[in-house]
Parts: sequence; C-alpha cells; structure tokens
Amino acid sequence: MNKARSNPLNTAMMHGALIVYTLIALFPVFVILINSFKERRSIFREPLALPNSESFSTIGYETVMQQGDFFLYFQNSMIVTVASLFFVLLFGAMAAYALSEYRFKGNMLMGLYLALGIMIPIRIGTVAILEMMVATGLVNTLWALILVYTAQGLPLAVFILSEFMRQVSDDLKNAGRIDGLSEYTIFFRLVLPLVRPAMATVAVFNMIPIWNDLWFPLILAPAEETKTLTLGSQVFIGQFVTDWNAVLSALSMAILPVLVLYVIFSRQLIRGITSGAVK
Amino acid sequence: MTALSLKNVNKSFGDVHVLKDINLDVDEGEFVVFVGPSGCGKSTLLRVIAGLEDATSGEIRIGGDVVNLTPPSKRGIAMVFQSYALYPHLNVRGNMTLALKQEGQSKSVIEERVQKASRMLNLEPYLERYPSELSGGQRQRVAIGRAIVREPELFLFDEPLSNLDAALRMNTRIEIAALHKQLGASMIYVTHDQTEAMTLADKIVVLRDGRVEQFGSPMELYNNPANQFVAGFLGSPSMNFFPAGLVSEGDDRTMGVRPEDLFIAEDGLLSARVSHVEKLGGDTNVIARLNDHQITARLFGQHSVEEGEELRLSFNPQSAYHFDQQGARLY
Repeated sequence: MNKARSNPLNTAMMHGALIVYTLIALFPVFVILINSFKERRSIFREPLALPNSESFSTIGYETVMQQGDFFLYFQNSMIVTVASLFFVLLFGAMAAYALSEYRFKGNMLMGLYLALGIMIPIRIGTVAILEMMVATGLVNTLWALILVYTAQGLPLAVFILSEFMRQVSDDLKNAGRIDGLSEYTIFFRLVLPLVRPAMATVAVFNMIPIWNDLWFPLILAPAEETKTLTLGSQVFIGQFVTDWNAVLSALSMAILPVLVLYVIFSRQLIRGITSGAVK
Repeated sequence: MTALSLKNVNKSFGDVHVLKDINLDVDEGEFVVFVGPSGCGKSTLLRVIAGLEDATSGEIRIGGDVVNLTPPSKRGIAMVFQSYALYPHLNVRGNMTLALKQEGQSKSVIEERVQKASRMLNLEPYLERYPSELSGGQRQRVAIGRAIVREPELFLFDEPLSNLDAALRMNTRIEIAALHKQLGASMIYVTHDQTEAMTLADKIVVLRDGRVEQFGSPMELYNNPANQFVAGFLGSPSMNFFPAGLVSEGDDRTMGVRPEDLFIAEDGLLSARVSHVEKLGGDTNVIARLNDHQITARLFGQHSVEEGEELRLSFNPQSAYHFDQQGARLY
C-alpha cells in the first residue's frame, strides 16, 4: 500500500483539516438552530449560548405555524425545486448526449450557444421574462418559476454533462446498437446510469440557488397561493420590526428538505462512482 | 456462397479519406483477419461492415443482400469489442439475452441458446454475476458468448485480445480458433498483431492508409509478399531491408532477407557488428549494425555471440526478395 497514504500523521492531519472545515461550514447553521429555540431577549443577549430552561421558547415556531400558510409555501418550494431539477437533468442530459454523440453541422456552435448562458445571468432578462409570462398568462403560477429555473440551470448542466458523456465508451453504445436497442434505450439505459455522478453534481449545483431564490418568486409569483418558502419568510422581516424568532424558526425548517435532497443526491454520487463500468 | 462482399467501398470523414476503394469477398465459413498498423482504417472498415458507420460510397453485401441501408441489428452480424462493452447494469445472463429479447425470440429458444453458449465457453457458474465481478478473461468470454447466442451469419471481432495479458491472450486465441471450427461461421477479425493474424486466419487482408495492400492466405503473404510493406509487416522478427549495393556493386534496389534465412558463415557477404543479443533458449536473435542499417538474424538453437563482435553473415540468394525504390516487389 502507498506509504504516504497510510502514514498516521498524514491521516490525522487530513482528518483534522476536514473536521475544521466541517465545523466552520456548520457553525452558521448551528447558530440559527439554537437561536430558533430561544426567546427574543436571549437571542440578542447571548447569541452563542445554548437554550436553557430559562431562555428556551418555541414562540418562533408557534408564530410561523399560525401566521401565513407555511405548509403551502413549503410545498410550493418543494414542487418548484424538484420539478426544475427534473427538467434541468432530463433536457440537459438529452442535449448533452446529442452534442457529444452525433456529428452534425453546427455542433460546435450549438454547444457554445448553449454554454453562453453560464456567462450571462438570467436576471438581466427579468423584464422581458415578466412580459412573456404576462402574455402567456403564467404569472402567479408555479410553472413560471419552474420554466425560468429550468432555463437558468440548463447551460451549466449541458456543459458538465456533455464532457462526461464524451467519456462513456463508444463500444458500449455500439454494442447496444448491434443488439438492436433504440437510441432512446441506449441513452436512458446505458449512458445515463454511467453519468449518474455528474447528474448528481449538476443537481446539487442547481438545487441550492433555486431553493434560496427570492428574486423570481417575488416578481413572477408573489400571490399567496404560489409563495415559496423564502418569499413567505419575508413577512417576518419588516422595515422597522423584525420578528427574529419567527425568521430563525422558518429558516431552520427550510434547511431540512435541502438536507434530505442533498443526502439523496450524494448517495447517488457514491453509487455512481462504485458501479462497475466498462472495463 | 460469399458471406460478405465489398465493392468499391469508400469512407471519408469530412476531408479525410479513410477507406479507399476497398474490394473484398469473404467466403462462407472463412476466418479473415484485417491487419495493419494503427490508423490504417481496419477498425473503420469493420465498423462500416457492422453498420456503425455509413460507407460514403460503394456496396456492402452480407449473405448476398445489399445492407448499406440496413441498421446494424438487422444485418445478421454480431460483434465482439476490444473493451468488451458489457452492459454494467445486467448480469451475464442479461448481457447474453438482451439482443434475443429485442429480436422477440421465445423464452425456450433464448434459454436453449444461452445454455449452449455458456457450456461452450465454461460460463455456467457465472451466469448470475455482474460484469464488475468478473475477471478480464471471463468478461472476454461473456462478450464472445453474447455474440454466439445470436447465431449470426458473420462474426466481427475488433481487437478482442488486446486487453488481455500475454498468457491469457495465447489461450483465448486457441479458444477462438477452436470456436471457429466448432461453429463453422464466417468471422472477421481485426488486429494489429501479426502473430494473431498468422495463427488464426484462413485469409489475411493487409491494410495501409485505407488501401488493401494484399489479400491471401498467411503463407501466400509470407512467402510471396506483393511489396516491401507487406514483407516487413508479416513475420517476427520482421524482414531485414538493406541496399542491394552492399551485396553486388552498383545495384540501387532494396534487398529483403528474413531473419531466419540469415546464418553465420566465415566467407559471408555481409559484415556486421553485433549490438545486442536476445537469447530465447530455442532461438538466438542477433541484432547487428550493417553500415547504417540494423539487421536481425534469427539463429536456431543457442549460440555464444557477444555484443561488439564482428560477424560475417550469409544467406541463400534464392531466399532474398528484391524491391524497387517505391517498395514494389521485383522478384
């Protein structure tokens, strides 16, 4: 075995660095969580103290549950995120496959055109998007958000996935063709499982910005029944008074589904890497 | 009857002309090997036959039918790939049955063919395993099994042995030869290894730069090469070439002598300084400098030749080949 790798000092240092990084990354989440269980005064007096019998309070959660339709917001966010990710992955993978697998005129140009979106932020087009959504009657529907987020996620998805698809063995696809599989079967059954780690990467990259976005929900779907979680939490932040208990409680609850989705995708990531490939 | 016939087949990728006017007839039951250096177009030719690439022009017939527009799965072929290309999500049985299921064969036919093929290839204990749980040699056998169950008119092998280690390669080569006898099917086999070509083939096609240099049985090609390229490509170690002027004054042709035709002689025509000796036990390969040319002599048995020694080598003039300046064979 590699000597450098089995050296206990190296291992300890590596783990030390990783643990420190984990602590730094988790610290804000930790602060939000503990303060969400404290009463208002203790939040400001000792923000880093754990809730004790004196300062413990669930007032924030109670406010969140009473005010506004929190579960609806939750559901909206979930629907928008999952649907957008699904479309980003589906269309992104299909476009990437076409670009990497088939030789056709303008292949390179098409690839560049699709990748252009990585450099140009979609928010520049907000006014035009709003006009389009009004014209098509999609304002205040979840579809408006799903479509925008799909468009926003596609460029990076196509870019990353086409790189990975190029690495999928030609022999495998040709074996499928000789065995009489259709191009769609080859794509869905042979190629997609092999690029699953890349798909998980793309999903994770896209998930957080969609879940956290405030801009497009505020502009395209501010109606009560289409509010997302981020937008819904804004009711607790006022110009003069902010209900910090409620804000922190809402945020704590908003973290959970992202964590669940992340765990699902990272499991896919690991499974994709370890599944037996061509050789 | 001809199993495969190619007529004036051309293939270009954009401006690059890869296959140039290929004409070829393969008889039923023949084992034909395409051999040539890398980049000569042999794999492309195989892919054109398989239908994975379209020929730019020309006619491809398999079993008498023109198949230019037939998709690969309907051409009556099966292919074994260099990287095996097993489906990672299916077990051995699944890999072998997929094509038959696609063809819509009945369950009993599928079961019977899998039984037969797995018995032939000693794959019975592994039918439920996944490709990632098999060794290289086993994967190779599964890839061959996947081809056998389809009972094709024509087998295509794309460098199937190049990922195996030397010992396994030799065994698998013998197995493939045995398989060919047993099945009696026509096979086309692509390789860059001339040993594989010589040992397996009924007929060899030597390709260079997208052209057929020569087509014939291994011994025809060995004994009677059409040009300097074929002469140098077949045979191991490869043929020695040197200016004929070294032997007879004023001759501007190139002379070729096989290493096994050279022998040590006191009054030999060629005087060379030994630069390296390979002692293989059965043979001794002597690599020597003849003026500016490197020549190899394959001496049978064991010889006590030392590096730096001055050797006189001779050969029977009948066993020498003569080529003109363009490499064409004179006699």
